[in-house]
Amino acid sequence: MDLLANLALGFSVALSPWTLMLAVIGCFLGTIIGALPGLGPSNGVAILIPLTFSLGLDATSALVLMTSVYYGAMYGGRISSILLNIPGDEPALMTTLDGYPMAKQGRAGDALVISGVASFVGAFLATIGLMLLAPILANVAYLFGPAEYFALYLLAFSTLGGIASNNQAKAALASCIGLAIAMIGLDNTSGMPRFTFGNLHLMDGVDFLVAIVGLFAIAEVFVFIESHGKSSSIGVALKKVTIPVRDIAASTWTMLRASLVGFVAGVLPGAGASLGSFLAYMSEKSIDNGRSGFGTGAPRGVAAPEAGNNAAAGGALVPMLTLGVPGSGTTAVLLALLMTLNITPGPTLFTDRPEVVWGLIASLLIANFVLLLMNVPLVKIFVRVLQVPPAVLLPGVTMISFVGIFSLSGSYFDLLLMVAFGVLGYVLRKLDVPTVPIILGILLGNHMEDALRRAMVLSDGDAMFLFSSPISIGLWIAAIAGFVAPMFLRRFLKKPQAVTD
Amino acid sequence: MLKSDRVFGLVVVLVALAYIASAFQIQTSFMSDPVGSKTFPILLGAVSALCGAVMILRPDDEPAWPGPLTLLKLAAAVAVLVAYAYSLKPFGFLLPTAVAASVLSYQIQARPVFNALAGIALSAGLFVLFKYALGLGLVPFPKGLI
Repeated sequence: MDLLANLALGFSVALSPWTLMLAVIGCFLGTIIGALPGLGPSNGVAILIPLTFSLGLDATSALVLMTSVYYGAMYGGRISSILLNIPGDEPALMTTLDGYPMAKQGRAGDALVISGVASFVGAFLATIGLMLLAPILANVAYLFGPAEYFALYLLAFSTLGGIASNNQAKAALASCIGLAIAMIGLDNTSGMPRFTFGNLHLMDGVDFLVAIVGLFAIAEVFVFIESHGKSSSIGVALKKVTIPVRDIAASTWTMLRASLVGFVAGVLPGAGASLGSFLAYMSEKSIDNGRSGFGTGAPRGVAAPEAGNNAAAGGALVPMLTLGVPGSGTTAVLLALLMTLNITPGPTLFTDRPEVVWGLIASLLIANFVLLLMNVPLVKIFVRVLQVPPAVLLPGVTMISFVGIFSLSGSYFDLLLMVAFGVLGYVLRKLDVPTVPIILGILLGNHMEDALRRAMVLSDGDAMFLFSSPISIGLWIAAIAGFVAPMFLRRFLKKPQAVTD
Repeated sequence: MLKSDRVFGLVVVLVALAYIASAFQIQTSFMSDPVGSKTFPILLGAVSALCGAVMILRPDDEPAWPGPLTLLKLAAAVAVLVAYAYSLKPFGFLLPTAVAASVLSYQIQARPVFNALAGIALSAGLFVLFKYALGLGLVPFPKGLI
């Protein structure tokens, strides 16, 4: 069996004491990052990338460490959602809907355990799905030429913007801002500078890490300054933690269904974890049909979004690894990590660097068990983390960001650029312009342009070449549908708003 | 009516036009592919301008902007961060970090003694973490002092 041989290779990489240690450290850090209000998976992973880079870890180790952090943050996010009613990031919003009411009824411990188990089920099934689906998709990806890649990038931008945002114009604008920033620097094909305005620092282009840390971490500081750290004081105390066997048994099917829904949502390029948890919650709610009181603290209402969220996180790795197109904000950040490590994601990754891919998959499986252990029996330790006041946490995040970016290049220019991106991120958030497409645009801009230019070289300038294969036509249709459909669906699919006290 | 979205949309249109204008200025080399270095940026500028126009025509509801005092605070935070960026090299890590962290901490929650302690503790703690646990080459003090 090919799969078993690959897995054996993976485990031989992942079970070395060094990698295992990194996975455990990553899970621990990740859970803390996820649990801290104001630090989600995206900005948590973002501020750690420059540091990992300056530590000089090799590709596999760095990847194992950061994906453990990613999975860990997905687990940890539920802690602040349930106890504080503050989602660490967008996908965790759905968990607050039933988790916080449950905590207020004095069942905080139960909610944490159920969501921990649901996270495990979702993430575990998704990792299995990743194992089975990724090699198949990698084979399909060999059929992709530049025209197909161009259509695929377009699909990623249109679905990412289309579904995650409330306003199509703003989502499309965000993608354009990112792509426009990616154009800065030397032109890949001609070698001539573009949009540098004679500034030497801009010759290399804008480092995507600077943009990511600025837009995610620094912008968060401004948001907290505006809110004066108000949101931190209220919270629900955690009493004894027992395992609510009956509730877990009752929500088995919920978890399985939610995992499937979440995984599929995660695999779609650009859709990501927010959509996964949203669809999982909504579908369970409609299956339940008002019997067990979704929205008022139903255990299944906690299990569904968490399983969906974590399954989507695993599913999002499929397009990221096989096609180089991330499925969510955090996978966009992970793609940034791969690019920093000089690994080109895509079908060739599976044949050229099998130890990276399968080592990663094996360590994800291991990380899952470690996380289950950390998040169910040891959950009380992480609950302590919530007591870190924002007045200490956010200055800390800022300083870590500065040191990380400074250690990359040692130039003031990057630091100033990071602050500028922070201000931009704050203003855009105020105006409800999503920032994830900007990151994706900066990451993929040059690839997208190269794909277009290579396609045109192949066809000698005939634009119809872009629609010449069934795959590319399918992708174009999906891209247009993904962009247009939410305008009509928005009327019917209203995002549930967070519970207020 | 003057809405934030309209103002922002106008800014977007202007920036997009400037972007297109400067895309036309891109020097091309003598050998070029059918698409060239200009087409894609011009396309981006055009789509952005269109998005800006849509925002002007159909603005969303007004977001809740912070009051003048908070805006001042935010401006001060930006100033602190910029000053911090410039002072890292000449003044070493410890002093600027402690000051900048204290100020930011004060802006999030004003409790002066606590903020000062938090700043100092963060500065020292992060220095130990970066220098000894992660092995980054940070300079603790200004060069003249040691």
